[in-house]
Amino acid sequence: MAYVVQRPELTLKEKVYLPSILSGLKITFGHLVKTLKGETKVTMQYPEEKWDASLPEHYRGAPTLVRDERGRERCVACQLCEFICPPRAITIKPEEIPAENQYAKVEKRPAEFDIDMIRCIYCGMCEEVCPEQAIFLRKDYAITGITRAEMNHDKAKLYELGGVFQGLVHKWNPEK
Amino acid sequence: MSTATANEVQLLNVQIDGVWMQFPKGTRVIEACRQAKKHIPHYCYHPKLSAPGNCRMCLIELGSPKMTPDRKPIVGADGKPEIAWIPRPQISCAQDVSEGMGIRTDSPMVRECRQGVMEFLLINHPLDCPICDQAGECKLQEFSVEHGNAESRFLERKVKKPKSVELGPRVTLDAERCILCTRCIRFMKEVANDDVLGIVDRGTFNSIACHPDRALDHNYSLNTVDICPVGALTSSDFRFKMRVWFLKETATVDTNCGTGSNITVGSRENTIYRITPRDNDAVNGPWLPDSHRLNFKYVSDERRLAAPAIRPQLGDSAPTWQQAINLAAERLKKNAGRVAVLASGRATNEELFLVSRLANAVGAVGVDILPRTGAADGMLIAADRNPNTTGAKLLGVATGKLADIAAGIRDGRITALLALGEDATKAGLTAADLAKLDAIVATDILPNATTAAAHIVLPASAPFEKRGSMINLKGRLQRLNKATNVPGNARDDWEILRDLILAISGSNGLHSIEDVFKALAAEVPALAGLSLSKIGDLGVDIALPK
Repeated sequence: MAYVVQRPELTLKEKVYLPSILSGLKITFGHLVKTLKGETKVTMQYPEEKWDASLPEHYRGAPTLVRDERGRERCVACQLCEFICPPRAITIKPEEIPAENQYAKVEKRPAEFDIDMIRCIYCGMCEEVCPEQAIFLRKDYAITGITRAEMNHDKAKLYELGGVFQGLVHKWNPEK
Repeated sequence: MSTATANEVQLLNVQIDGVWMQFPKGTRVIEACRQAKKHIPHYCYHPKLSAPGNCRMCLIELGSPKMTPDRKPIVGADGKPEIAWIPRPQISCAQDVSEGMGIRTDSPMVRECRQGVMEFLLINHPLDCPICDQAGECKLQEFSVEHGNAESRFLERKVKKPKSVELGPRVTLDAERCILCTRCIRFMKEVANDDVLGIVDRGTFNSIACHPDRALDHNYSLNTVDICPVGALTSSDFRFKMRVWFLKETATVDTNCGTGSNITVGSRENTIYRITPRDNDAVNGPWLPDSHRLNFKYVSDERRLAAPAIRPQLGDSAPTWQQAINLAAERLKKNAGRVAVLASGRATNEELFLVSRLANAVGAVGVDILPRTGAADGMLIAADRNPNTTGAKLLGVATGKLADIAAGIRDGRITALLALGEDATKAGLTAADLAKLDAIVATDILPNATTAAAHIVLPASAPFEKRGSMINLKGRLQRLNKATNVPGNARDDWEILRDLILAISGSNGLHSIEDVFKALAAEVPALAGLSLSKIGDLGVDIALPK
């Protein structure tokens, strides 16, 4: 059944248009004056200026590997992130930690850890699944490169981006 | 005859979770429950080993029929005997069923027992699942999810035990993960007859150890890794290589000897990481020798032949398959009537069938396989190291004329040789003998003396890269399945043979491996009525002509 929408009856003021245009221009010029006086700032000069300061704590940027305050690489190459990663961006090659290493008790570490940032969808599943608190999504969002190889974050790059994390659980404490 | 013996087996009435069922006398309670589809968690019990009953995980409630003072069972209102339940839980692995027995597998007491046993087993467990190779196929993990607690109540310090101990050349022990089920000890004692493992130290420091003067170097030592329900014993070869949940498991057959042990090939992205035995009581049971299961590295050898090649003076240095096949057919036809075929006992029935057709097409004067023998170990390694000698005999390819062929090549009666996956220099020929030949066509997976001397080399596929069937020494027809892809431009052996036959004598209507088996089954009476899919994963016994 057809439903008829009644058009509103316009008053004379509305039919003339000019008063509405003038009230709009008043707002526009108001902003112009404020901008010229430096009272408001409209454009952020990206990339010289960045959002970083105002990013929320839970922001999901590029996934990175972290060391703890003792300098130990947290990842033990369990490959759960490789398993969970929806776009299959992560590739890990595990190796045994040599007996002379101070963390030989942990036994296993990644020999190679690659995240293909062309594939990564910043979903954070790797961080969620990690049983070792080793992978965290930090606030780097401008991941760019000219070649595909540059977009592949290897282990060194991931640790460089990740840095040191404080206050993590020390699961491999020899006392325990 | 068989029905008479079946009748003699006494069937006993047993009540499992309120349902009365019948089981033959001598059935273990845990097996009876398994047959009744009631899974009982267990660690130490293994159907092929003795049952010491030490893990206590299989606790259940047992009962026997209530008796009147004159030893008559009291029959309840439902016409079935009433059961007097034993107030304490009993283990189900070390006890046989008896007449009128009652079993409760899921009562509150049983559930509480399992929870308690799990908590005790995990007291000293290091909980290093992220690095443990067993994770994903670990019974501790599985039963902990089903029966365990979410959090540990254990506040004391855990007992430290030796980690990463090399028990032998192929087995690594992590004593902290061990739950002392003694499966490995019993395997070495009862199956391998090499009693090198035992438990040392007392109380909470109990741990598995090898005899101080010995190593766990028996050729069946890796079976202890398979039966270890936790990550205590791990394969040194597979250690930290790949998590098991990534592995694609392909059910296939071992090709290292005539036993034809059933195996599971674990591969990921075209790389084989491990081979484990596949349970088949008609062939190998649950066991597999170490030498067989570790023999897969050659498949990923860098020297693998990956493209057809012909001698420089014969034409294009990088021929297409069609060019290479045509040239091979031309050279063989030119020498028709003076061709010998050296086939392989490692080839599948389908390939050997096509070999005999090809031999007819080129008028071969001699066909044989290269025998390959070694010492039998009295367990699973046969003296005949060719996996398909029986098939080669059945299809008339194994003729025993290898010496004649070698003599014919030496005296010039034979001028062309078709070497299919075998090195002719191992058949008593020298490089000088091969140099006399007018044409050598060789198919193989790795370069050898024959491929070096060959005019045309056609790259073929390894046993893990093809489908087909083989017949073991006891006459069991079994199926090979494809786990990985061939490298580069290599091809399936049967396709190479089919194309050669095609180039020599025209179409034969064989388009798939199933077609080849169909043609084979139509011609060979012993295989009549079978197809590749009918062979199934466990194989079928066939009647071999005497």
